[in-house]
Amino acid sequence: MVNTKINLCGTEIDNPVIPASGTFGFGYEFAALYDINVLGTLSFKGTTLNPRFGNPTPRIAECPSGMLNAVGLQNPGVDKVISTELPKLFKVFDKPVMANVSGFSLEEYVETVRRLDTVERIGWFEVNISCPNVHGGGMSFGTSPEMAERVTRAVRDVTKKPIIIKLSPNVTDITAIAKACEAGGADGVSLINTLLGMKIDLKKRKPLLANKTGGHSGPAIKPVAVRMVYQVYDAVKIPIVGMGGIASAEDVLEFMLAGATAVEVGAENLVNPYACRDIIAALPEAMEKYGIKNLTEIIGGAH
Amino acid sequence: MKDTVFTLLSNKEIAKNTYEWVLSGDTKGIREGQFVNIKLDGFYLRRPISVCDCDGDKLTLIFKVVGDGTAKMAEAAAGEKFLVLTGLGNGYNLSKSGHAPLLIGGGAGVPPMYLAARKLCARGITPTVILGFNTLSEVFYKEQFEALGCKVLITTADGSCGIKGFVTDAMAGLEYSYFYTCGPLPMLKAVYNASATDGEFSFEERMGCGFGACMGCTCETKYGYKRICRDGPVLSKEEIVW
Repeated sequence: MVNTKINLCGTEIDNPVIPASGTFGFGYEFAALYDINVLGTLSFKGTTLNPRFGNPTPRIAECPSGMLNAVGLQNPGVDKVISTELPKLFKVFDKPVMANVSGFSLEEYVETVRRLDTVERIGWFEVNISCPNVHGGGMSFGTSPEMAERVTRAVRDVTKKPIIIKLSPNVTDITAIAKACEAGGADGVSLINTLLGMKIDLKKRKPLLANKTGGHSGPAIKPVAVRMVYQVYDAVKIPIVGMGGIASAEDVLEFMLAGATAVEVGAENLVNPYACRDIIAALPEAMEKYGIKNLTEIIGGAH
Repeated sequence: MKDTVFTLLSNKEIAKNTYEWVLSGDTKGIREGQFVNIKLDGFYLRRPISVCDCDGDKLTLIFKVVGDGTAKMAEAAAGEKFLVLTGLGNGYNLSKSGHAPLLIGGGAGVPPMYLAARKLCARGITPTVILGFNTLSEVFYKEQFEALGCKVLITTADGSCGIKGFVTDAMAGLEYSYFYTCGPLPMLKAVYNASATDGEFSFEERMGCGFGACMGCTCETKYGYKRICRDGPVLSKEEIVW
């Protein structure tokens, strides 16, 4: 028998597989397909203080081995998330959940976290300072070490729950941002958010996405993500949640060897709604194949 | 919603750049006005295609070649297997049809009208059908609708078949109790403005997942934001915000 349990910032979870925010709604849509209690946890749809429609459509484009999205943080706002969405999720999911939070100002991040902090079932905050699809916020907090540290300190002041800062790959040196988050009191970092990309419609001779640019995800970005997890593992002591193109149990092992304590599965949920369930089911066999008894043993094993 | 393997029984070009697939598989729960999402080898995202007909274990899809994915689908051979997510979207509400409904399909929006027509006929209600195309070489399924007993009006933009003009030219002077329509956005807008009764519109949008998870296809309605894939693709006339 192999052991897939890992400890994520003080809480033990059954396995390291977490659906990534924005690819899993508030979870209950997927509960119609399978028992989502097989998941380690889940990171729910990025929540902001106020309701957001997001960007105009088209918001989605396909590219080789991946996709672009420019959804732009559509969500009903923190109060409705607490009153309507989370109760629906908690009916079908018994474990602590990860609250993914975004903002357009320091005050917004703080207020959103403060309101969500009252929800007992939230086990971790994942603070998104790296959304490439919103203007005047989002990624701008995640591309400067000073701003990243300020956001981290600000949310640190309003919650005792573990804070994981979600980092952008659209920077020259991701380790500098990770260190700044660690210095600001983060309990972990998650990476990578999507890579900024573009696709041109040849017939219209214009960018295909209404937002012009979008976030690139899917298997195409996996080597970039693995490299960044590897680098950040050398730079900080706090745990890393790795993500970027994960589609199989072998991919999970690869990210953990690079330095991830847990992983998030994103785009793959959209093409295979059973992706997380299938990856979790395949983990024990993959571990046996590579002689792994306890998953925690291999964290950072490639260094 | 279900993800199961379908086998392609036949693939034929029924009009210019327009292909009809007949597949066999588990069609349980598929309704008129819904769509399926097909996994293709070599493409990351699935292809959402509206349901043209569904009878027993047979599923008929009609698609127009518009990009690399549909070009690949056009080359598929009988016997090939595809992973298909079925039962997607809300579908048409046929109980609202009244005694004399009108079905209006334009181009690649014609296929979903067929199952709606067949289901209405099964209820003893024979709809009038308007099918709009650009030109004669693109016309398809006229005979299939006529075989159901429907009165079929064809319009072509260049006048090479039927009434010269658009579907709205064929609507003028018709009396109907309710309508169902699917087609390109400019046509839907024109139908919205020309229609005399309530009705239902089926929309198209680029999708990520097709089942409500990614928020890639959201539109605004009078009742808030709706996901075309999950809360649509069918919206009622009174809730649409253009």
